[in-house]
Amino acid sequence: MASGVKPRVKAPKTASAGEVVTIKTLISHKMESGQRRDSDGNLIPRSIINRFTCDFNGTNALDVEMHGAISTNPYFEFDVTIPESGDLQFTWYDDDGSVYEDVKSVKV
Amino acid sequence: MGFSRRDTLALGAGAIALTALPLRVGAAGEDAIAAFTGGADVSEGGITLDAPEIAENGNTVPVGVSADGASAVMLLALGNPNPDVAVFNFGELAGSQTASTRIRLAGTQDVVAIAKMADGSFASATKNVKVTIGGCGG
Repeated sequence: MASGVKPRVKAPKTASAGEVVTIKTLISHKMESGQRRDSDGNLIPRSIINRFTCDFNGTNALDVEMHGAISTNPYFEFDVTIPESGDLQFTWYDDDGSVYEDVKSVKV
Repeated sequence: MGFSRRDTLALGAGAIALTALPLRVGAAGEDAIAAFTGGADVSEGGITLDAPEIAENGNTVPVGVSADGASAVMLLALGNPNPDVAVFNFGELAGSQTASTRIRLAGTQDVVAIAKMADGSFASATKNVKVTIGGCGG
């Protein structure tokens, strides 16, 4: 699949050192669970994003393993500690091997 | 194909047995829990699971977990065909052991969150969610 997949991330542009900020992420993806059938009664094969990670300057903050029960357009909200200026890196891993990325800079 | 009278009766008996034991964890759910905990004891409390009491649409049910001092949290939907939902692994820079997302639920069922604490113990929280329209295609 991998068509029209668009990550969206809401993160603050500035933070004070050591501040805990809340990050919201959404990525458009149909997350086919592998449980549904098409009109001919055949199972539609699973096609989901199976992993999501968030790193800050190379240090991991969150690593999520996902299964078929995550809704269409996977949404995550979580907290990250910002120790210094740098980049928040978001990565999504698709079942088909595609990797979607987004980067947000945060200034201290 | 079709169900014979005997099959139907057996199914009915099974369904009654299931409803009679609402807290029964499905075999697949038990396996998933055992794989996560390694067979260790799981205590109640120490973790908060936010989920709506009634979800109108099973395709997108907002849930949140919060467990101070957890290194990982596993979410399970015991009534789904595949009980695994997600595993949150909190890294060094996690601001708090809190995360929320949206999940699919096939029907009214228990949602379970199990936290793996930094000291190696496990805590769980369960919440029953009533689902008006299931989220499995159907």
